[in-house]
Amino acid sequence: MRAPAILFLLCFLPGSAAAVDSCVTCHAAIDDSAKGPAALIKNDVHVAHGLSCADCHGGDRTSEDPELAMNKAKGFKGKPARAAIPKFCATCHSSPDYMRKYAPRQRVDQWDLYQTSVHGKRLAAGDAAVATCIDCHSVHDIRAVKDSAAPVHPLHVAETCSHCHSDAQKMAPYKIPTNQFEEYKTSVHWEALAKRGDLSAPSCASCHGNHGAKPPQVESVAAVCGSCHVLFEQLYEKSVHHAVFSGAGGGGGCMVCHSNHAVHYPSTAMLAGPKSVCSGCHDAGTAPAGAATQMAGWLDGLDTALKQSETVLSRAEKSGMEVSEAQVRLIDGRENLVKARLALHSMKPAEMQMPVDAGMAIAKATQRAGDFALREKDTRRIGLAVSVLLIGIAILAIRLLLRRMESNK
Amino acid sequence: MSAAEFKAKTFDWFDERLGLRIARDMLDHKVVPLHPGTAWYYFGGITLFLFGVQMFTGLLLLLYYRPTVAEAFDSVRFIMTRVEFGWLIRSIHSWSANLLIFFAFVHMFSVMFTHSYRRPRELTWLSGIALLGLMMGFGFSGYLLPWNQISYFATKVGTDVAGTTPFIGPVLARFLRGGEDVGAATLTRFFAFHVMILPLITCGLVGLHILLVQKAGMSTPKNLPAQDLSHMKFFPNFFLRELMVWYGVLALLGSLAAIFPWELGEKADPFASAPAGIRPEWYFLAQFYTLKLIPSHVWIFEGELLALAGFGLLALVWVALPFWATIKPDGSGRARLATGVGIFLVCYLFTFTLLGYFK
Repeated sequence: MRAPAILFLLCFLPGSAAAVDSCVTCHAAIDDSAKGPAALIKNDVHVAHGLSCADCHGGDRTSEDPELAMNKAKGFKGKPARAAIPKFCATCHSSPDYMRKYAPRQRVDQWDLYQTSVHGKRLAAGDAAVATCIDCHSVHDIRAVKDSAAPVHPLHVAETCSHCHSDAQKMAPYKIPTNQFEEYKTSVHWEALAKRGDLSAPSCASCHGNHGAKPPQVESVAAVCGSCHVLFEQLYEKSVHHAVFSGAGGGGGCMVCHSNHAVHYPSTAMLAGPKSVCSGCHDAGTAPAGAATQMAGWLDGLDTALKQSETVLSRAEKSGMEVSEAQVRLIDGRENLVKARLALHSMKPAEMQMPVDAGMAIAKATQRAGDFALREKDTRRIGLAVSVLLIGIAILAIRLLLRRMESNK
Repeated sequence: MSAAEFKAKTFDWFDERLGLRIARDMLDHKVVPLHPGTAWYYFGGITLFLFGVQMFTGLLLLLYYRPTVAEAFDSVRFIMTRVEFGWLIRSIHSWSANLLIFFAFVHMFSVMFTHSYRRPRELTWLSGIALLGLMMGFGFSGYLLPWNQISYFATKVGTDVAGTTPFIGPVLARFLRGGEDVGAATLTRFFAFHVMILPLITCGLVGLHILLVQKAGMSTPKNLPAQDLSHMKFFPNFFLRELMVWYGVLALLGSLAAIFPWELGEKADPFASAPAGIRPEWYFLAQFYTLKLIPSHVWIFEGELLALAGFGLLALVWVALPFWATIKPDGSGRARLATGVGIFLVCYLFTFTLLGYFK
């Protein structure tokens, strides 16, 4: 009872007549949970575009009388029911004509997509516990996606999803795991996104979709990964593994070797050795296991050779030797290593051999250039020592000549 | 005909045509005064020796260097990596340029602190100052020639500073760049300055400077008149000592070139952002740091313009030294004031160069 009384008094205080938005003025003065929206709204993207509380909730914001301001006759809708929130937001966000005025490049199919998502379908089926717009975008302090403080900014999407999906209690009725976020935080994708600040690195929505969120089916995993790793997907589709892994009972395409949320840095340990991924299906001594070992050997050999060249060139450079040409060549060598790693996904050693051979040739040439530069450095030092010695002898000879000349006088 | 007769006849033949006897007589009679400051006489010779090294190595570099934006960097890299001893020639050229300016400064301050600029050596002082300016011009123009990232942006900054000179700034900047910005025209222009215009003027001025030194003789400290001092014959006694010093400098040059070869850097990319920590050659650092330090506005004046005016005033005071820092035969005059100005300048250059380098 206390809040409406204060609200009433404040709205009639002298000077309040000048208030532009009575919703904010009055709610800011309330001492309970109803104060929240007024405090949050200053950061809201809608307010930044000139919209106000009344544009969503209806009512008359110019009226200082709460009864008139929140009058249903003035279109006041109040707080929508949780299940009604998507439709409530869609009133504007599904209208191209309306959205064109504020954000002409923004899509207007979020509501349609949401209805196809697991969240939307469950909501339609009467499960109000699923995520709606405000669970991801927040409410009253809704920020643009590009705002780094927004919960849907690329840097925060995974954490936002984890608020529900890492909550065992919330997920228990759906019988789905809750370790995705923990696994994702060990992945190369998380490292690229969170540690290197690469906003193009994938997080949950990149693979699962955002408004139309649903888990990719086994047969579509490769297509999801391939949306970024295009060339890998093309080679994988030509490989013998495609038919086996990407069928309905195959186990998940790329996931079979690389996992899903915990995608780690690939290494040749995945190919050869007792703990290799290949050994899970191919016994040691079989032709495929042999091919995998051979390809791992090539990759390791090329990587080692390139690293050795890099070390030698770096030493030469630190000694002041000019080796920039060889260093540029070394970049080509690294590109060949990348090509070889790519070619691996065809699972045909012959396709990998070409970049490996090209890379090895570069590694050898740059190693030779580095070794030559280091030998040249030693030669220069020796040359310098000999020259300084000869100069010293010449100085000494002149000194002796002078002494003889001056002592004769 | 004996060997001695053949030698005498050959000398006579050339003497009849070239007047060699005059030069020989001059060398026979030239003497160097001996006093506690005699060692300072060597620095002029060291500077001359390094100028010779610059001419020689510069001519060798010219055989391979190509002064175009597309080829300059690659041609220098070619010199450094493919040409036999190219790395040595280029490194010596670069190190020698820096040592030359260092020793020219030492020479100038030694002349200043021993008050050797005094009458009748005013023109020797003026020609020496002009030569120092030319050496710095060589440094500025030569810095751009490898067309690498650092030199490109340092030239941009340098010509920008020149552009702020009152009244003539914009014209001066356009003249130096050969256009609105540093580019192909600037490289061609700087190359022409570096290998043709500046060497021609410098050779003439070096000749005049040496001639003036011969005309007035070696200066002695003001409290030690030349007639009271013992002397050493210039040739061969002093010359051989100077030769020993030159050998020492040559050993130093060779060591610097072999142990710290002059780096090439990355090819200039006008569209790239300026590399971090960009700064000019060390002999422009004091001025560079002053310009960096001065506020944008000092009272009603623009800071940069005020600094340039200060440099101009200081340069004017310095150039006119023999005319205001006069010393009378009885020892009275403004010698102490001149020494004070000299100490101030040394302290300023030393401190600001270090600050410019490390900050």
